[in-house]
Amino acid sequence: MELTLWTYEGPPHVGAMRIASSMKDIHYVLHAPQGDTYADLLFTMIERRGQRPPVTYTTFQARDLGGDTAELVKKSIKEAVERFKPKTLLVGESCTAELIQDQPGALAKGMGFDMPIVNLELPAYSKKENWGASETFYQLTRTLLKEKVSSSEKISPLRWKELGRRPKVNILGPSLLGFRCRDDVIEIQRILSEQGIDTNVVAPLGASPSDIERLIDAEVNICLYQEIAEASCEWLRRNFGMEYTNTIPIGIKNTIEFVNEVHNKLDLPLTNKEELENKSKLPWYSKSVDSNYLTGKRVFIFGDGTHAIAAAKIAKEELGFEVVGLGTYSREMARQVRATAKDLNVEALITNNYLEVEDAMKKASPELVLGTQMERHSAKRLGIPCSVISTPMHVQDVPARYSPQMGWEGANVIFDDWVHPLMMGLEEHLIDMFKHDFEFVDGHQSHLGHTATQTKDFLNSYENKEKISKEGIIWTESGRAELTKVPFFVRGKVKTNTEKYAILRGIPEISDETLYDAKAYFS
Amino acid sequence: MSKVEFNKETGPREVFCGLTSIVWLHRRMPDAFFLVVGSRTCAHLIQSAAGVMIFAEPRFGTAILEEKDLAGLADAHEELDRVVNDLIARRPEIKTLFLVGSCPSEVIKLDLATVAEKLNKRFLGQVRFVNYSGSGIETTFTQGEDGALKALIPLMESSNAEKLLLVGTLANNVEDRFKKIFRNLGISNIESFPPRQSTELPKIGKNTKVLLTQPYLSDTVRDLKHRGCEIISAPFPLGIEGSTKWFLAAAKAFNISELKVHEIISPLINRSKLALESHKEILKGKRLFLLPESQLEISLARFLHNECEMDLIEVGTPYLNKDLMKEEINLLPDNTKIVEGQHVEKQLDRVRDSNPDLVVCGMGLANPLEAEGISTKWSIEMVFSPIHGIDQAADLAGLFSKPLRRNQILTSKTLVTH
Repeated sequence: MELTLWTYEGPPHVGAMRIASSMKDIHYVLHAPQGDTYADLLFTMIERRGQRPPVTYTTFQARDLGGDTAELVKKSIKEAVERFKPKTLLVGESCTAELIQDQPGALAKGMGFDMPIVNLELPAYSKKENWGASETFYQLTRTLLKEKVSSSEKISPLRWKELGRRPKVNILGPSLLGFRCRDDVIEIQRILSEQGIDTNVVAPLGASPSDIERLIDAEVNICLYQEIAEASCEWLRRNFGMEYTNTIPIGIKNTIEFVNEVHNKLDLPLTNKEELENKSKLPWYSKSVDSNYLTGKRVFIFGDGTHAIAAAKIAKEELGFEVVGLGTYSREMARQVRATAKDLNVEALITNNYLEVEDAMKKASPELVLGTQMERHSAKRLGIPCSVISTPMHVQDVPARYSPQMGWEGANVIFDDWVHPLMMGLEEHLIDMFKHDFEFVDGHQSHLGHTATQTKDFLNSYENKEKISKEGIIWTESGRAELTKVPFFVRGKVKTNTEKYAILRGIPEISDETLYDAKAYFS
Repeated sequence: MSKVEFNKETGPREVFCGLTSIVWLHRRMPDAFFLVVGSRTCAHLIQSAAGVMIFAEPRFGTAILEEKDLAGLADAHEELDRVVNDLIARRPEIKTLFLVGSCPSEVIKLDLATVAEKLNKRFLGQVRFVNYSGSGIETTFTQGEDGALKALIPLMESSNAEKLLLVGTLANNVEDRFKKIFRNLGISNIESFPPRQSTELPKIGKNTKVLLTQPYLSDTVRDLKHRGCEIISAPFPLGIEGSTKWFLAAAKAFNISELKVHEIISPLINRSKLALESHKEILKGKRLFLLPESQLEISLARFLHNECEMDLIEVGTPYLNKDLMKEEINLLPDNTKIVEGQHVEKQLDRVRDSNPDLVVCGMGLANPLEAEGISTKWSIEMVFSPIHGIDQAADLAGLFSKPLRRNQILTSKTLVTH
């Protein structure tokens, strides 16, 4: 049993719904009680979808449990098939139905339909949403393509040459409730098309079952989001020999690396290598003298595996930040995140507990947080600027404008999204600096609003009560006065370091001089 | 009773479960914690239904069952013990801890009553434990509050003092207004259930006169009756008509003259009627379809027809207690079609066929209907907004007129651009 106040991921059947809702001509019969229908609002409210998810819930009740819930399942399947006429049927159960073991998938298969039926077994008590999405997409791909396995030869990535046409690839992984997937797909298709590469199928987003059957018309698979597509890509590689890409094209370096990887796999000469460097404004904006102040900015990163790893690379190599924390809630990608963290000399945080993330954030005293909507709230409480880089989705993460994370335009979006909050942070500092000037109107609110009162609380607490640290060290008046002169965004760190220094040296009282001693000691 | 047409429908439903009511209950009683014993789905439901991210450590959470908990119930009880201990250590300010059953905990027959009893002994004098079920196999949406209140009744001490007890969660400002009006009427001993502090439960007995503020409290009413309370029969205080009859019924129970009631509330009625006018202008003659969810549907239909002159196509309700709703049903126009239960697909067919001007529905259905050109109002807003009482009648009407007014604005061509 795990106490959960808030969760980054939903249950695995919500992952299955993401696949079903992303696609056309598919229906998902979900053996589940009525309350589980809440999941519809994730799509209709957060994504503002104008269609209901293609899901029929059996909505069994307590009084059905004594009777025949299996009959209810069959009735629901029959009605759903008659009404929605899907080309492929997904059948599964949510947490409660898993306990009563009606085996809806097996029941559906015995009903004599001629459409393909995918029996989804998604263990609700051990797995989560992204795993459920991945498993659903994999089972669907497998069901629709397994008959072609033995008859087809291994697909060579060079086949396009023999066929005398442009190379074709599939873009796999984008789905509803995935971070900026809608726009990433457009960006990646545009990049590939410029290089003379055609997109065969995008899936699951916008695909129909017949599109899944056509996946093998392409030479190579683009695995755009490992959380969703890696299992399917791996199955297609094992059974059809289709190679797939490993590079996630987020950031300039990774996008160039991605273009290279696709060309290498297809044995397609890359003729415009130099041009690629100039496709995005990020490299120049980052190099321009104005960005000098970004150097060494302390950044704390938490999100899904794909976006957290990409963010760490961009932060370090493309913007010149210092990564002071890196973590993910994607246990499936813990290994990769740990490896990246090791390269950055930080300890990876793998957790689904947002309070642990907030604690780690506090300890790292970053100047910028890159996280989910939850980290945005935590950062707001701590008065630290934040930019959102990852799911879970919020209505704000589905902007009206074109706003990809991937490719050249994605890099532009990232530069703006990450740097603007920092500039705002600087503004906060200026407000702090000028607040004693007579022109300053008390109560001026910057973007951080009323909640970002870390500075004020901090000063108040220092001026009023907390003159003694937890360890019993006394802050003298001169020490406190000096501390208030330190810019707010490093004040926490200075305070901790000074106290640490005082303990180390056995100094019972901290004066202004102790602050400078500590500063010299830790620099 | 007016000639109302009653129908029952079964089939797939599209409604929230009782766990959702934690969203308003935990705000009503800031010294209580709601611990759902359930699955990741339960946790995800509450955070999604609340529609907001958590701004601080919340006073509700889920003890998520894992595979090992399903293997042996004995271990599950031990695990729950551990979670509760951790929680109380972390949140020592909690005075009442609700153990809330869910679909999975009901199916595996986790005995939360016994767990609560044991914990009550251990934490005697520090934290009280009560249990109820908010599971979707037994409860719909607002029925969760019914379960929570029912669970508190055994903790209420007995008293024969005469008092008026308002039962059902109200917005604090609305509650204050009601109490002021009752005091002006000459009723001095007024209490609310649930109270604002979980430890300040009202005492009840044979001179307790219960006035319901919400229509979804069937089980609570039954248990209050068992404790000797008198239930005042009245429509619910939504709109001017409902609120007036509600005040009159209370006054009658306390032998206060109708004249006195009218004297006190007439000014309120007059100004409220004035405020209602502009909304009525928009709503008048518009055709309304209510899908089942909050059990407020019948009262809303009565208000929107009688006071705003809307036409009722269909009034859905997840559950109908004809006894409790008697006074409301009497006020409905003849031939009103009430449908208890749901077959969401067939109901949506009827929505499309009847071409309504406004549909009251859950959040999962609103945007798809809007995309088909049908205006909607989310039912969940009724349980989060202060809509009770005479003074709020115009605000209540405003919830329904706003989507229609917005449509007018967005489809009108008033500005010529050069």
